[in-house]
Amino acid sequence: MQASILRPADPSAQYVLRLGDTCLILAQRLGEWCGHAPILEEDIALTNMALDLIGQARGLLTRAGQLGAAAGDPPLDEDQLAFLREERDYLNPTLVELPNGPYGALAGGGRDFAFTVMRNAMVATWLRLLWERLQGSSDAELAAIAAKAVKEARYHQQHAADWVVRLGDGTAESAQRIARALEAQWRYAAELFEDDALDRHAQATGLGPAASGLRQPWLDEMNALLAAAQLAAPAESAFRSTGKRGLHTEHMGPLLAEMQTLQRTYPGGAW
Amino acid sequence: MDAATAATAVDRAWQVLHGVPDPEVPAVSVTDLGIVRDVQARPDGDGLDVVLTPTYSGCPATEVIEASVREALEQAGLGPVRTTLRRDPAWTTDWISAEGRDKLRAYGIAPPGPADGGALEPGTAVLRFVPRAPQALACPRCGSRDTERLSAFGSTACKALWRCRACREPFEHFKPI
Repeated sequence: MQASILRPADPSAQYVLRLGDTCLILAQRLGEWCGHAPILEEDIALTNMALDLIGQARGLLTRAGQLGAAAGDPPLDEDQLAFLREERDYLNPTLVELPNGPYGALAGGGRDFAFTVMRNAMVATWLRLLWERLQGSSDAELAAIAAKAVKEARYHQQHAADWVVRLGDGTAESAQRIARALEAQWRYAAELFEDDALDRHAQATGLGPAASGLRQPWLDEMNALLAAAQLAAPAESAFRSTGKRGLHTEHMGPLLAEMQTLQRTYPGGAW
Repeated sequence: MDAATAATAVDRAWQVLHGVPDPEVPAVSVTDLGIVRDVQARPDGDGLDVVLTPTYSGCPATEVIEASVREALEQAGLGPVRTTLRRDPAWTTDWISAEGRDKLRAYGIAPPGPADGGALEPGTAVLRFVPRAPQALACPRCGSRDTERLSAFGSTACKALWRCRACREPFEHFKPI
């Protein structure tokens, strides 16, 4: 069994790691649809988007390892960072780790395509806005990753938005499902736009924008989308999820167990 | 290696690379796709440095392309070859050559239109849905524009699936990015 590693301590490395974890964990969730999506075209679409996210995560985790090493942390590569950390060393916002349906593996599983569609729309809209700004990052490598990823996020956003409208403005059943998906996941978006020490560090060093600065542009686009889908954003809530700080839901452990089992069991295993 | 020899080696390398197929779309070469960004003779005279750019972040062919580039150049006696990946500037389908577009069409893949159609200025709060009827592509088999998109995503990250209502054949579209 491969021993665990700690995440780098350097704040620049952690900022990049947080974005890399976001892409990685969402890719893992989308990958769970492989062979199970409601139609073949969506099976292909969801796994294609997962592949883009994995590619983005690879670049980001590699860069996080480099930034950490430059600041005196142990040198770590993308595979070590992806597969050998324990739950609290992952810094993705909680939204991307939520299961692909209303109940999750611990409550018997059950996927709901509407949940994935709504989350993809929420996350892709946010990531597209974030990538646009990260193209001007003071870190040239992060800027280059962003310049590539923004084009991919644009496709992801369009595709997810198309489905939100299709389900929201579709049958009574599809409208009820997408409304439930919105109600269940909306409150997790608040975390995306809360500035913490890492965000303030990123803003001060020019590494990335303040998280709070994306809130209004995101709301504008989401509200336009929801209106087109005959939906309305739920009321603001005081609830705050804490994945960005490494405090995750009960859904994260099983996800990591599945994602890590191969590298943990066969250290350094390669295809 | 003197300058003239180095220049010859670089010229030969480009010729060799022109024959290295993309592993996922073997009808076109890596130079047709515009993913070879630079070829330089090593200053110490010991082989070549080749700079490649990935097409999509998660393109699973990236490593295969690196390996096949090295193998082809080394087989041509131009080795050793060191490849590096450069993300900046980001690859765009606008870099696919005119010859590459013809090859794609002949292979049954509709080539991409201009990539800037999808670009948004940073900060632009405009939501664009996938158009229900995106501008009709010409069918690469029969040339008809009576075509429709079946799926925004296809067999590889770079392609969408379309069909032609005139000749009734499905075809792939290399998405502009």
